[in-house]
Amino acid sequence: MECVFGMVGKEFAVVVADSSAVHSILVHKSNEDKIMLLDSHKLMGASGEPGDRAQFTEYVQKNVALYHFRNGIPLTTAASANFTRGELATALRKNPYSVNIVLAGYDKGSGPSLYFIDYIATLHKVDKAAFGYGSYFSLAMMDRHYRKDMSVEEAIELVDKCIIEIRSRLVVAPPNFVIKIVDKDGAREYAWRESVKDAPSVA
Amino acid sequence: MSIFEYNGSALVAMVGKNCFAIASDRRLGVQLQTVATDFQRIFKIHDKLFVGLAGLATDAQTLYQRLVFRHKLYQLREERDMKPETFASLVSAILYEKRFGPYFCQPVIAGLGDEDKPFICTMDSIGAKELAKDFVVAGTASESLYGACESMFKPDMEPEELFETISQALLSSVDRDCLSGWGGHVYVV
Repeated sequence: MECVFGMVGKEFAVVVADSSAVHSILVHKSNEDKIMLLDSHKLMGASGEPGDRAQFTEYVQKNVALYHFRNGIPLTTAASANFTRGELATALRKNPYSVNIVLAGYDKGSGPSLYFIDYIATLHKVDKAAFGYGSYFSLAMMDRHYRKDMSVEEAIELVDKCIIEIRSRLVVAPPNFVIKIVDKDGAREYAWRESVKDAPSVA
Repeated sequence: MSIFEYNGSALVAMVGKNCFAIASDRRLGVQLQTVATDFQRIFKIHDKLFVGLAGLATDAQTLYQRLVFRHKLYQLREERDMKPETFASLVSAILYEKRFGPYFCQPVIAGLGDEDKPFICTMDSIGAKELAKDFVVAGTASESLYGACESMFKPDMEPEELFETISQALLSSVDRDCLSGWGGHVYVV
């Protein structure tokens, strides 16, 4: 079951997602990147129906880029969150997307922010968010250990605590996770947490 | 679980002496899991008109955006704010438009009409208005709220006493409902 979670720290936000692509009982690949970079300072971690996930996040990414081209300035995190919610809400009663989204971003004026966007287009600005079966464990760990304005090291320590909890307590725990971070210097991949590596290919 | 109980909510509005109070809980949940404890359910339409939206959070957000849009258009055309009675009819019409594919929301409307006469009303998800002279309730905790309000309400309360009454009624009711709670937002006008 797909796990996505995120939290806000001091002048940064972090989003973590598992990286297994699963079809029924088969794991297609275990290094799938489910956190998309919307632009230089935004991250969108998504979980849900694989086709919807890839297609919808790409759709949002391209529309964010289009706004930038047309207007010369990038969208704020709040604006892109509201755009995403609008698209999900419009599609909800016609052809719903089954994607849960954690959207993190850094804006020059307002600093880091994190948005929880449900698959039925419920939008809420939060300090910590999680989706999937893993949320039962990661939200509990974050409720216990999260403080406002944590440093990167402290936040990653908490992320690792959550990952350990998911790995040890979830029956179909995903083996590998990707951690991405966004701060004033931009959005980038921070680390992978792999317990199952692909076999090295024969040259 | 019913679609109205998916996110959990509790809303109450009360009439006082030339004033009204509207209160809501702060929990946003996804069935049994609490996602946030600072969710906003009551929105200001203008200085003397507030609307609270109980039920499914996504529809509450969509409906709020539509209502603000319609009110702003009204303000541009009529060059004045909408009266609460008119706004209630607007909400009712918008909800009934979706009669066979409704918004899963129960609005609670509270405002001051002509000569600051307080007005409150609630409606079901397809726009059946329920006007009341004392209090209206909505949400998953509505049954508890009916009981609490009936016993605590007195007519013609001053704003301070009204605030105390509505807060106590809200808090005691949501304490008996697992889907709502985590504090309250109270607006007294």
